[in-house]
Amino acid sequence: MEKINIKINGREYKVSSELTILEACQEIGIDIPTLCYLKDLKSEAACSICLVEVKGAKALMRSCVTPVNKGMEVYTNTERVRIARRVNLELLLAGHPKDCLVCDRSDTCELRKISFDLGIREARFPKVSKVELPLDTTSVSIVRDPNKCILCGRCVSVCSSVQSVKAIDFTGRGKNSKITTFFDEGLSNSVCVNCGQCVMVCPTGAITEQNETEGVWKALSCPDKFVITEVAPAVRAAIGEEFGLTAGTLVTSKLVEALRKVGFAKVFDTQFSADLTIMEEGYELISRIKNKGVLPMITSCSPGWIKFAEHFFPGILAHISTCKSPQQMFGAVAKTYYAKKYNIDPRKIVVVSIMPCTAKKFEAKRPEMKSAFNYWKNELKLENKDEFPDVDYVLTTREAARMIREAGINFASLKGEDFDEPLGISTGAAVIFGATGGVMEAALRTAYEVLTGKELEKLDFVSLRGLQGIKTAEIDIEGLKLKVAIASSLSNARKLLEEVESCKSPYAFIEIMTCPGGCLGGGGQPFSLNEETKQKRMEAIYQEDKNKALRKSHQNPAVKALYKDFLKEPLGEKSHYLLHTHYAKRKETPYGTEKA
Amino acid sequence: MEQKKLNPELVKLVEEWKGKEGNLIMILHEIQNHHGYVPRELSLELSKMLEVPLARIYEVITFYNFFKLSPPGKHLIKLCMGTACYLRGAGIILDEIKNILGVKEGESTKDNLFHLDVVRCLGCCGLAPVLMIDEKVYSKVKKAEVADILSKYIKEE
Repeated sequence: MEKINIKINGREYKVSSELTILEACQEIGIDIPTLCYLKDLKSEAACSICLVEVKGAKALMRSCVTPVNKGMEVYTNTERVRIARRVNLELLLAGHPKDCLVCDRSDTCELRKISFDLGIREARFPKVSKVELPLDTTSVSIVRDPNKCILCGRCVSVCSSVQSVKAIDFTGRGKNSKITTFFDEGLSNSVCVNCGQCVMVCPTGAITEQNETEGVWKALSCPDKFVITEVAPAVRAAIGEEFGLTAGTLVTSKLVEALRKVGFAKVFDTQFSADLTIMEEGYELISRIKNKGVLPMITSCSPGWIKFAEHFFPGILAHISTCKSPQQMFGAVAKTYYAKKYNIDPRKIVVVSIMPCTAKKFEAKRPEMKSAFNYWKNELKLENKDEFPDVDYVLTTREAARMIREAGINFASLKGEDFDEPLGISTGAAVIFGATGGVMEAALRTAYEVLTGKELEKLDFVSLRGLQGIKTAEIDIEGLKLKVAIASSLSNARKLLEEVESCKSPYAFIEIMTCPGGCLGGGGQPFSLNEETKQKRMEAIYQEDKNKALRKSHQNPAVKALYKDFLKEPLGEKSHYLLHTHYAKRKETPYGTEKA
Repeated sequence: MEQKKLNPELVKLVEEWKGKEGNLIMILHEIQNHHGYVPRELSLELSKMLEVPLARIYEVITFYNFFKLSPPGKHLIKLCMGTACYLRGAGIILDEIKNILGVKEGESTKDNLFHLDVVRCLGCCGLAPVLMIDEKVYSKVKKAEVADILSKYIKEE
């Protein structure tokens, strides 16, 4: 990488020749305001806020798309620059509603922050268009409000480049431009996989999650409901950020206490069912290897990826593990085994899961996710109208934080409490589900011991860790060489899947996570565009694994008891009905929600 | 409603243009030439055949004024809003047409008898304000005449 000399605001700097002006400035500590730039993605240069003056150039330059040049002289803070940035921002604001007080992104809005930072104190220009555009509320995961959209194009970039889904695009032109789905038919009728990465990158409140907090509050205040919660691994490594704690602060016990104070009757852990998933999935892998079943086997915990496969790779559905995700296994177990054990009417149990994910909302509402209802149907003489889902409500990390704030709980000052038993007991193998490569590592810890009958001494599979988009490794299980691959983000997954599709995949086991970095970078996590934040969350997750006394799923005593008293054995008959599922090709687009 | 399918000619065209830069616009042109608009079902087929995302097809169709999303009306009204016509009151004429037909520019009437388009200059500025219905030119149009002009076509039916 060649280094070149440039001058920024009169001072000499040596920077890499491959950078844009904006990136060079970031390196030397000047944050140029921008609403459309995203690291590693091709900039649309849409917002016109990042203007700088370059000596010799007539017009102001957009720093996000202008590469640095040898001897370039850049000025980021002249009167001309400041005025131009402000006017461009004011023009954006002219078309934007001013309802910040009641906006979902109120305190996290980049547009609001930049307006404040650039000193905009009045709305000078009147609104151009008086037409209120309809909201897209078709999706159970994501809501789009085109009125708040500033057409920065980040969501389009993420959907197409990072996820290779391409559900949305710019349409129309001039003042009629908007971002929408095919024929405005809405996200649920498109190939959208509900990953929520568009929510993460949106600089305004134009894309948000479907808010389910009201339903949860209602259930909590209903005296004859037994409202329990399950918390996903990645949530505990990130929710602290919502309360001003630095990224990577582990707040597991504080979170448990806070949720108890919010009013949940029991605070359980999705990690319990993550351990259960490993038992089922690990045994499934072993069985596929031993019985020459369909390989490579691909993990099934990430619901965005499942819908992606149903749309784009219907030919390889037999490769996907039939295991339900931990969220759904939890719901099924809570409303059967737990209900029986503690003699609670399953119809009274309300399962609220807290997830780093927006796609989990969709997953919980899949029509086949009602195995507890089917289990009780005969015994309780239930009719179809009594139907209840395994998981009733799904909150994102952000929604959970909102409820904690609404309940007036001073999160940072909490002392911390433990999860309830038995569905709150978990091992380190379950914690690492939250990071890309974690499910694979957890499965291997168990598979190794089951296959060899020996104790695995080195538990850390370091080659499977890290935030890289694709990781591959060869694992030696006493002579059995297992080739494995891990992908996070669907564009990376696509590369591995194309190999599987054309029967050229050299792997036996593939882990796929929808979001970059895995669940820790999920679309339901606290807002952050910072790679470092993900790194910190990941470190926290592996730290929590280290802190656990038990670090292999098959050691989990609560899972052992579940098998002994109820399920009998992994892949057994009860498991089949409660913990496994099936996938189906979706009709050609845009019939995204309809099964073929 | 009849199920719209790509006819063999169009299928051949799609095969020819597959993988070539700018193919989408070429093919959409042909579809519109054939059907008068780009039917939704054909977008679906095209998306599969060309492996182009549906949202992208919708982007292209909506970006160009030329492409239509619904069947155009039987009679095409082109109202000129070029400089001369504009100064001679084309705006008033446009409002009158919209009033009478209950449509906006770019739309067709509910009975599908008319489609209203606004164009820039029909090349006869001396006759401003000008409007064309199908191939017939109406010149120096006054607001009071609009209803009469339209009623001829309505009576025809």
